[in-house]
Amino acid sequence: MFRNFKIIYRRYAGLYFCICVDVNDNNLAYLEAIHNFVEVLNEYFHNVCELDLVFNFYKVTVVDEMFLAGEIRETSQTKVLKQLLMLQSLE
Amino acid sequence: MPAVSKGDGMRGLAVFISDIRNCKSKEAEIKRINKELANIRSKFKGDKALDGYSKKKYVCKLLFIFLLGHDIDFGHMEAVNLLSSNKYTEKQIGYLFISVLVNSNSELIRLINNAIKNDLASRNPTFMCLALHCIANVGSREMGEAFAADIPRILVAGDSMDSVKQSAALCLLRLYKASPDLVPMGEWTARVVHLLNDQHMGVVTAAVSLITCLCKKNPDDFKTCVSLAVSRLSRIVSSASTDLQDYTYYFVPAPWLSVKLLRLLQCYPPPEDAAVKGRLVECLETVLNKAQEPPKSKKVQHSNAKNAILFETISLIIHYDSEPNLLVRACNQLGQFLQHRETNLRYLALESMCTLASSEFSHEAVKTHIDTVINALKTERDVSVRQRAADLLYAMCDRSNAKQIVSEMLRYLETADYAIREEIVLKVAILAEKYAVDYSWYVDTILNLIRIAGDYVSEEVWYRVLQIVTNRDDVQGYAAKTVFEALQAPACHENMVKVGGYILGEFGNLIAGDPRSSPPVQFSLLHSKFHLCSVATRALLLSTYIKFINLFPETKATIQGVLRAGSQLRNADVELQQRAVEYLTLSSVASTDVLATVLEEMPPFPERESSILAKLKRKKGPGAGSALDDSRRDPSSHDINGGVEPTPSTVSTPSPSADLLGLRAAPPPAAPPAPSGAGNLLVDVFSDSPAAQPGLGPSPEEAFLSPGPEDIGPPIPEADELLNKFVCRNNGVLFENQLLQIGVKSEFRQNLGRMYLFYGNKTSVQFQNFSPTVVHPGDLQTQLAVQTKRVASQVDGGAQVQQVLNIECLRDFLTPPLLSVRFRYGGAPQSLTLKLPVTINKFFQPTEMAAQDFFQRWKQLSLPQQEAQKIFKANHPMDAEVTKAKLLGFGSALLDNVDPNPENFVGAGIIQTKALQVGCLLRLEPNAQAQVQWSEERGEGMQSVGGQAPQPVCGTLSRQQQQQPPWPQLQRHQPPSCAWLLSPQHQVAGSGYLGPVDGLFCFLLWLPWL
Repeated sequence: MFRNFKIIYRRYAGLYFCICVDVNDNNLAYLEAIHNFVEVLNEYFHNVCELDLVFNFYKVTVVDEMFLAGEIRETSQTKVLKQLLMLQSLE
Repeated sequence: MPAVSKGDGMRGLAVFISDIRNCKSKEAEIKRINKELANIRSKFKGDKALDGYSKKKYVCKLLFIFLLGHDIDFGHMEAVNLLSSNKYTEKQIGYLFISVLVNSNSELIRLINNAIKNDLASRNPTFMCLALHCIANVGSREMGEAFAADIPRILVAGDSMDSVKQSAALCLLRLYKASPDLVPMGEWTARVVHLLNDQHMGVVTAAVSLITCLCKKNPDDFKTCVSLAVSRLSRIVSSASTDLQDYTYYFVPAPWLSVKLLRLLQCYPPPEDAAVKGRLVECLETVLNKAQEPPKSKKVQHSNAKNAILFETISLIIHYDSEPNLLVRACNQLGQFLQHRETNLRYLALESMCTLASSEFSHEAVKTHIDTVINALKTERDVSVRQRAADLLYAMCDRSNAKQIVSEMLRYLETADYAIREEIVLKVAILAEKYAVDYSWYVDTILNLIRIAGDYVSEEVWYRVLQIVTNRDDVQGYAAKTVFEALQAPACHENMVKVGGYILGEFGNLIAGDPRSSPPVQFSLLHSKFHLCSVATRALLLSTYIKFINLFPETKATIQGVLRAGSQLRNADVELQQRAVEYLTLSSVASTDVLATVLEEMPPFPERESSILAKLKRKKGPGAGSALDDSRRDPSSHDINGGVEPTPSTVSTPSPSADLLGLRAAPPPAAPPAPSGAGNLLVDVFSDSPAAQPGLGPSPEEAFLSPGPEDIGPPIPEADELLNKFVCRNNGVLFENQLLQIGVKSEFRQNLGRMYLFYGNKTSVQFQNFSPTVVHPGDLQTQLAVQTKRVASQVDGGAQVQQVLNIECLRDFLTPPLLSVRFRYGGAPQSLTLKLPVTINKFFQPTEMAAQDFFQRWKQLSLPQQEAQKIFKANHPMDAEVTKAKLLGFGSALLDNVDPNPENFVGAGIIQTKALQVGCLLRLEPNAQAQVQWSEERGEGMQSVGGQAPQPVCGTLSRQQQQQPPWPQLQRHQPPSCAWLLSPQHQVAGSGYLGPVDGLFCFLLWLPWL
């Protein structure tokens, strides 16, 4: 619980992924949304680790592909990865 | 799949990041960053035009530095340039930079908006998405104004790509949330609803989020979404686990979309169309059925996704509250989860069941799980789960199981966490009262509460038991007997003494027949506790004693002896002393008839809303209503015991003391009506009873309805500190808590000022009865005129209202006016009193003066009341520039080349009031070695208007300086012992002083330069 919101988090090794949502939002759905996101990162960076995220901090647009304006935008891992691959190929 | 090389394409950046990571210390890091900043600055300033790649790299480095927590004050222009690049990677970095470091610089905003506009029109889906994401991430009002009209068009255009539609939907959602007024509904809304039919599930996901938000304010515009959502949901739910391919997550088809559709449906009542409803019920049943199937995977992801849908389905079923069959099935499903090995599931099941318990259809089904829940209360390791179990027990309680639940809660109380004890006590007290069939059980329960958790039994709880006992004559004898027994315990809680004292004083006669509890025994039992009790309890006991004199004349001599004892008659506490004196006199002077009338048994209390319930609601805060609001449940059992009928036999002359225990819901007896009969003088004695005092203060609610200056609470403890922040400043945030932010903008000219107060609602809930008022305590009315404009009484969630104050300084004043803010948040009244940042120095006008004039005037001001001096320890390093800024902010002019010592500061100004103007000179002498500053002020009536003598004004001004330190952060922790080491009484010129400052001895030498 945090102010008028609640925080849903999941820990992966030393990293915590947190989402702040409304109190009446669905806990489990967001818990799995975190995992879905982490799986995409893992595919994209090939066994993602903290260093990948630090050195590629400017690629946070990965987040925009999956979450936008505080809502879930896209949940299909295939679609997200295809789009990222396409962006990767652009100069 | 692509493996991304580290910092691919930007070697310089990767090197820089590595360098930073290798830094051994904070200093080394800062050094490296400064070097890099200098490098980037020179590159940006250099003559040679940079190519896109370099620009991108440097902007990226700046961004990294910013993310490390350093301020970035340049590079915005280069980032904006990147926006118009044709290369995706450059554009992307540009957008990233401005999304993170938005600058409200109007020139840049124009350029940024231009670039966004171009990208939105580019027909290149990648660029369009970048632009949309930028708007969605920033979401500022400026962007809303520029693009709110374009985005719906992009969203519903036939030729928009799917990914663009997704982004446009969420971008619109963000703009709508930030500024709803900028997004006009139009014919596009119908087409947005049809996006629910879109082939692309991602588009549907985004569209559902948008519609769920929009339909809350415009339900009719989006009504058609219900049937579309049902058919979409039905297709997902009935699909096989592999049908949806990309959108299947651990064998669960489209879990997030399902959850979102179910949430959308919760915005509407059950569908009216029978076919749609049938289909929906089928869906809900399918979900419940699937929960019973064996899992398709052992992975936690699978069960989480599946249960996410299940819980949302149950929420919808509870929301409809019309399908008994589904409600019972939902309850059974949750019952299974109550024993699941996953703590998360147990927690969620308890939480959902709480809402199920309030439905009349499922209340009985919930009750069947009582044993499991009680077990959870006893055995759960996580306190938050136990808390949910307690909530659920409270929610499922009715007459049939009240005794069991109350006794379990009492047992739990013995080991409960301290944090939730008070809440449990309140719950037990409410349940015991509400479902009591025989009141002896109720009395036992409350006395048990006091025994087990006396410290957590609030006044409301024990007041309430007194009310009920007073109002029901069938329980009075039992109550007297029980408290008498409870008081026999060698150590009993003070609350028990209070209850015991009151009840025996009223009804002790009912057990006096038994020799084991004869009047002398009752008295000596109570009196044996007397010396261990607090003043409030002792006062209550004194009232009991005088009642004993009336009830049992045989105790009169003993009690008079006690009252006459020096420890009572000359008690240091004025309340106790007064009671002893008055009771003693009353008992000796008044005739038996008068005594009997005055000390008659208390009349029944008028029935009101249970104050305990009100307290529990306050404790839970807004939003917790559902579990507590039992109006939906079992209307027959509702008020069985709520209305305790006054027994006519005990009605006596109404006297103001009937409100002695007036609980918070009652208006305080503001002016006691003239009482009739012999009790005239004595009524006051009782209405001062300390037992009543805690409840007597104006209740928040009452005061709220009729705000008057006398109702204003004292300023909050931080008020002075908040005020100090504004002594040298006119703008800023005056106050902030979780609910409310108050900002101030003010300007002053001569003796006039205008202040804008901005009240921001930080919650998502509307504030009601919002009323800020300005109050002038004491003489301030004649010194300062403040005109306020009324503001709207409602403040929407996230909204801000502005209030304008016109201020006129009539004459000098000492204390600032008070600002009292009252409103209702989720039904609970809130009130807050602050000091308005108006201090005398706001009307201080700087005056320039030559050195010679300054000296001449300074010398003229030699009367003791014309000067004030103070030395104080600097709490911060003494920086000349900072001090200068503060003095200017304080309002005086700084005069250079006046003081022979360039370290010293000299200032002059005129205080402008309507009645007169006061000249004021000041001098600040920092002593760097001792970290001590010295200030002296001299004031003068430069132009006396209306015959006002100047000296008192200067005196006031000096006092003002004492009370309102102009340099708050320098003086705050000044020890009082040296606060006025150099007061005007001392002859200061030409002598040295030795005084302790913060435990150090320092030597201050006053060099006469006059």
